[in-house]
Amino acid sequence: MPQLRLTGRGLWITVLIAPPLAFVALFIVYPIVAAFAYAFYDWQGLARGDFVGLANFHHVLFVEPYASWTRNAFTHNIIVFFALMVLQNGVGFILAYALWRELPGARFHRVAVFLPVVLSTIIVGYLWKLFLHPIFGVVNQSLKAVGLPFLAQPWLGQDSTALWALIFANAWHMVGFPTLVFLAGMQRIPTEILDAVRMETESEWVKITKVVWPLVAPSATVVFVLLFVGAFNWFELPYIMAGLDGSPYGSTDVLGLYFYRTAFGNVSAGQQDFGLGSALAVLIFVFIAAVASVITVRLRAREIQI
Amino acid sequence: MTAASETYYEKRGLIGTLGRDGLIQIILVANTFIMLAPIVIMVFSAFKTNMEIFQSPFSLPDFSNVTNFVKIWTQTNFLRYLLNSFIVTGASMACILTLGTMAAYAIARYEFFGASFILMFFLAGLTLPLKLAIIPLFMLMRDLGILNNQLSLIAVYTAMGLPTTVFIMTGFIRTLPNELEDAARMDGASEARIMWSIMLPLVRPAMVIAGIQNVVPIWNDFFFPLVFIQNDRLKTLPQGLTTFMGEYTTDWGVLFSGLTLSAAPIIIIYIVLSRQFISGMTSGAIK
Repeated sequence: MPQLRLTGRGLWITVLIAPPLAFVALFIVYPIVAAFAYAFYDWQGLARGDFVGLANFHHVLFVEPYASWTRNAFTHNIIVFFALMVLQNGVGFILAYALWRELPGARFHRVAVFLPVVLSTIIVGYLWKLFLHPIFGVVNQSLKAVGLPFLAQPWLGQDSTALWALIFANAWHMVGFPTLVFLAGMQRIPTEILDAVRMETESEWVKITKVVWPLVAPSATVVFVLLFVGAFNWFELPYIMAGLDGSPYGSTDVLGLYFYRTAFGNVSAGQQDFGLGSALAVLIFVFIAAVASVITVRLRAREIQI
Repeated sequence: MTAASETYYEKRGLIGTLGRDGLIQIILVANTFIMLAPIVIMVFSAFKTNMEIFQSPFSLPDFSNVTNFVKIWTQTNFLRYLLNSFIVTGASMACILTLGTMAAYAIARYEFFGASFILMFFLAGLTLPLKLAIIPLFMLMRDLGILNNQLSLIAVYTAMGLPTTVFIMTGFIRTLPNELEDAARMDGASEARIMWSIMLPLVRPAMVIAGIQNVVPIWNDFFFPLVFIQNDRLKTLPQGLTTFMGEYTTDWGVLFSGLTLSAAPIIIIYIVLSRQFISGMTSGAIK
């Protein structure tokens, strides 16, 4: 085994590898390790106080009003995840299947479905906020124009529809991503397999459920896990469309907003607490890491090697 | 594909095939309409007055009426935000591609103790949601004295972009043949010379993929500027947009032209390079 000496070749390798390594160590690994440490201390503003053990965790999980805020935000993240599984990944699978046939115009449709994905969440959030305006927004204007004025709602202003409006905007923004990942998976299915299937069955349904779906399992694993991580990190879209407090009445509050508010304070509450914020960050982090690993292992197990 | 689908069509009969393909076309056309209509309405509204937007939101505007754009050009910091976004994104991309290629080259071309461990170290960074480490990052930037300074953004974006870049570039550099390198070494070229003149020209395709995968999230990022930057003169475009949208809440024409101007650069580049964008942005998810 060649020794890493700081002469000649060893020096050259060190020169190549040390700066990038330093960046990742300083700006990714250190902050994440530090986030865990911060959670065990009491903080006064930007100054670290005493070691308090698990007190911060206990506070955000069991002491009111934090306990109900945590529960409320967590429930919304769960709803967002499952709703987007259907509206984003489910619709993405159907669109991928439609694009896969390569009918005339498929290239154009493929470019169109991915177009919103390249836009900033901030642009998407404001665009839909304007469109969903109760009086002047195009959504309600369209409903009135097609003779369905009773369906017009203050979408973002009432707690029964606000979260769903955000979910819809997110699905519009990101549906192109699972679509094209699934499409790539379908395009890798060998033609021999598809020919063999055609000999056996006429049913499109059997073909999808028994052949295509199992064979795109690697794509499914990736988009499921990415959606899970994304849903529990959700921040920008609710921040823009519903504000830092998850208005109206916390009906759109999610863990990302709640964590940010707790850590950095907001205009109305004003109080910031790095200790409680860090405890929330650690809990979210551990939850995401644990569930994402379980999902990955379970889904990998059903993947088939072609 | 065509031979296979011909036999398929014969078996199904023309009508059944047309029915199914017709359904697929309807789904695709409807979806494309839903995807594009909001963007078209946004661009149309950018050329309208408030009155026109409220009374006829779907009509074609008078494209020569650029009052809204003039307002943005002359009365807001929009150009400054745009320039800041170019600076931050450009500097981050330069750092990511330089440092990422250096690390990937060392890992892929040399055998040394700890190479696979170092690759693992980079890959670990792929899966970690850095947003949750924002409190220590904030303190770190404060201690480094670069809060309210675009260097803080460049540093974080570079670190975030390195894992994917090292991953993509290492895989690609490993596939390059050894012969060229060995011949140059035989001729007495230095290691640095071999890397710069012989190997680097060959890795451009991988650089494009790694570049696109990182440039879009960096250009669009809002979270890190929100925490690190307060000075209006230093804000990036997505962050500046929030300031701007807050100031012009009642002037919808100006709001829509602000959104249109912000979306325009990336939409235009995407339309020109859609193939590269799609493969670049999904490359992390497709193996």
